[in-house]
Amino acid sequence: MSKYLVDKFLYTVDRDPELVERYRESPAECVAEWEREYANKLLNCHTGEASTWLAFEPAEREALAAHDHVRLFEMGAHPFLTLTLFIAMFERDHGPLEYQLAYARAMEHITLPYPDIAT
Amino acid sequence: MAELVAVIASTHHPFYYRASTSTGEDRPPFADEWVTKIETFRETLTRARPDVLVMVGSDHFHQLWLDNMPQFLVGKAPVYDANWYNEEREFGLPKMRLAGQEDLSSYILREGLDAGFDLAFSNELRIDHSITCPIITLRPEADLPIVPIYTNIFAPPLPRPQRFVQLGRTIRELVESWPSDQRVAVIGTGHLSLELGGPRQFGPHGPDPEFDRKAVDWIASGDVEGCLAEVTLDSLHAPGNATHGFMDFMLMMGVAGEGKKADHVDSLDLFHTMEAYFTWYPKGVPTA
Repeated sequence: MSKYLVDKFLYTVDRDPELVERYRESPAECVAEWEREYANKLLNCHTGEASTWLAFEPAEREALAAHDHVRLFEMGAHPFLTLTLFIAMFERDHGPLEYQLAYARAMEHITLPYPDIAT
Repeated sequence: MAELVAVIASTHHPFYYRASTSTGEDRPPFADEWVTKIETFRETLTRARPDVLVMVGSDHFHQLWLDNMPQFLVGKAPVYDANWYNEEREFGLPKMRLAGQEDLSSYILREGLDAGFDLAFSNELRIDHSITCPIITLRPEADLPIVPIYTNIFAPPLPRPQRFVQLGRTIRELVESWPSDQRVAVIGTGHLSLELGGPRQFGPHGPDPEFDRKAVDWIASGDVEGCLAEVTLDSLHAPGNATHGFMDFMLMMGVAGEGKKADHVDSLDLFHTMEAYFTWYPKGVPTA
């Protein structure tokens, strides 16, 4: 499990308008490119510095590539990050609150305790 | 010494700005009642005639990230830019700019460290809606210098509720011992029951109205001990997965003091979450 890296994907995509659009339109390509180009970047640091060890688990890569917010929740991705990014990508295709309510309905089977989000 | 002229605790609802400024068909049916309540709440701060605002909130993964996450952080800067691209995108919040009160920041950092809180600091902090929402509701002129204090209610492991209360008590002691003739208000925002990104989000009410009722009672009556007896890091998962933001209310109960009844209490039951507003006047209700 690399919950941290999944959260890092959601966080870095959410704050970049171009990446938001690319993830919406071509999720599998975006995830692959992000893992190649961004996963090891040290954020808030000098450019050019990078880590050497960060990679997704196959299930994480698949859930991100499938826009599967339910699987991401079940894996312990931070729900605020997932929700904020998915609203940015998909709210525009729906009426007021429709997307947020459908997002909740897709998770109706999930009961307490929720998956641990600690990284 | 400085005077603590008001202690204010509030929810921070990022939809207020858009709801209160929208017109015609875009204006939600609850907007007028919401604005009326906010204007009454705003008057409780105006009446205290503050010179400085200490603002307690929580960064929502904007500047603070998991590679370097402080538990409690005090801003010390002459200026704070405010609101972020994704808050403009999702909530329509405007970009803002607030002056900092660096002397009080320095005092809180120095004395807070000596009082047993290993406070982190930031000399370049862009603040988010946890602090700008109460500026918009309580001081829309945004004309007073601030000291922002961020708490981690968001990225576990979190400090325990008791620690938030203790920090609130310490902030009060530090404000009241600050060698200055300034009038200080401490304003903190958090949440009642709240679910974000889970199955209970965006319901017709907050996810746990029973928790909300108890929470409002604890805060309004200053029942710090009763609240601490029931609220733990584990228990806060039950009312909704983002309810740990309630610990910022507990911090503000620490500022207000054990057994201190709030002088102004109001709430508004909205879809998704309940709004709640509290003001204490440590030196008595100011005369108009």
